[in-house]
Amino acid sequence: MNNRYLSCFNGIVKRELLRFFQQRSRLLSALIRPLLWLIVFAAGFRAALGVSIMEPYGTYITYQQYITPGLCCMIILFNGMQSSLSMVYDREMGSMKVLLMSPLPRPFLLCCKLVASALLSLLQVVIFLLFAQLVDVDIPLMGYVSAIPAIFLIAFFLGALGLMLSNLIKQLENFAGVMNFVIFPMFFLSSALYPLWKMQEASLWLYWLCQFNPFTACVELLRFALYTQVNIMALTTVLIATGIASFFALMSFKPLHGGK
Amino acid sequence: MNIVTNELTFYYGKKLAIDSLSLTLNSGFNVLLGPNGAGKSTLFAMLTGLYQAASGAIKINGYDLTLDRSNIMKSMGVVFQQSTLDVDLSVKQNLTYYAALHGISSTQALDNISDILAQLQLTTRLNDKVRSLNGGHRRRVEIARALIHQPKVLLLDEATVGLDIDSRKMITEYVGSLCQQRGICVLWATHLIDEIADDDQLIIIDEGKIKAQGLSADLCKKHKVVDVYQLYRTLTSSTEISR
Repeated sequence: MNNRYLSCFNGIVKRELLRFFQQRSRLLSALIRPLLWLIVFAAGFRAALGVSIMEPYGTYITYQQYITPGLCCMIILFNGMQSSLSMVYDREMGSMKVLLMSPLPRPFLLCCKLVASALLSLLQVVIFLLFAQLVDVDIPLMGYVSAIPAIFLIAFFLGALGLMLSNLIKQLENFAGVMNFVIFPMFFLSSALYPLWKMQEASLWLYWLCQFNPFTACVELLRFALYTQVNIMALTTVLIATGIASFFALMSFKPLHGGK
Repeated sequence: MNIVTNELTFYYGKKLAIDSLSLTLNSGFNVLLGPNGAGKSTLFAMLTGLYQAASGAIKINGYDLTLDRSNIMKSMGVVFQQSTLDVDLSVKQNLTYYAALHGISSTQALDNISDILAQLQLTTRLNDKVRSLNGGHRRRVEIARALIHQPKVLLLDEATVGLDIDSRKMITEYVGSLCQQRGICVLWATHLIDEIADDDQLIIIDEGKIKAQGLSADLCKKHKVVDVYQLYRTLTSSTEISR
């Protein structure tokens, strides 16, 4: 990477980090939400939802342990959507014009934004995992290391998805729709809160919806990575989904065409 | 340093916003005068590559915008009508972010504009949050920012709207001096007639078409009117103009 590209990359990442740390409530809410699920929700449901021995766990695990990867992905999902909100805000406030006026290629600029957003996700997930230790979520030390590339890839995918959505959202006010039509369905129709065999027992069509949800692949990829294993199927799915989302995200940032 | 547009056309849906617009601008202070909705901002968006024309071509300093976007952006500074500063960041952070987008390091960026910052009386405000600046200072920051990569072409879209008389005077004089000192091509879009001097190149635009182009004084003579206001009233049907 030559110096111009490096300066640009550093500038974009620095700006995203500065904005993030200035919005302390964003960091707080990013952590409070999954911690509530982990401490309150999981405590209430651990008796009702028994989890049998399943991969990648070698023994019976607590419900807290089971939902931790899903909650990590929840943090990444919210951060990805938050980035899309910030893109809509930038577009409304005009900052997007400044970005698009750069002489460097637009795909590179958008990739820098995605990497910056992925770094923020990584930071939030690491902090969350440190808190999770306090409620006896047991993750092997090497699991933290092997989870880093998985978190980064998932964050890149969900960031690209957010970027794609940001171009479809014409006004900030419409962002509530993203919550209802993207975040909640993606999260609940996945293996984040319950193993899919439980969903299969309840409803077959819901089970297949969960299977085809790329967020399920994200959760499973991270679940295995936290135990230093690779889920090839999940990795392949996330890679393909990342490619598709990135392509459409980049396509959506073409100049407005003035044809009839 | 020049800007050449050839038969530019742009539609918003079915509404024609720019109608076969051909224009040649050379180094110096060029004023684009027109009422709201005349097509000034649309023309700016096309010149900056944010909008793509339905037909026609744009060449800036000999580079074709569709083929050499990167070379054009390297030599172009823009101040948009709406402020594009990040109000939660400081002046310095805004400037260095913009510089980074042009591949310039923070140190180099502040070196490039140390004189400009002094002239625009911003040196002591570098660490202030943009949110704490008034409209005039924000505009000055945007002008300094647009000059960070030492552009050869500077576009300003109604850069003085909403500012008090002193701020407007300072900004117009400063941009005027840039043309003389650096020999750059400035395109200054406005609807404020008092910002136009007799020796400025004037382009009057209305309904997406060029109504007149030439030296302001020459145009008044040619159309047998006493001032730019009369010229504007003669050439357009609009009454939306400020003296």
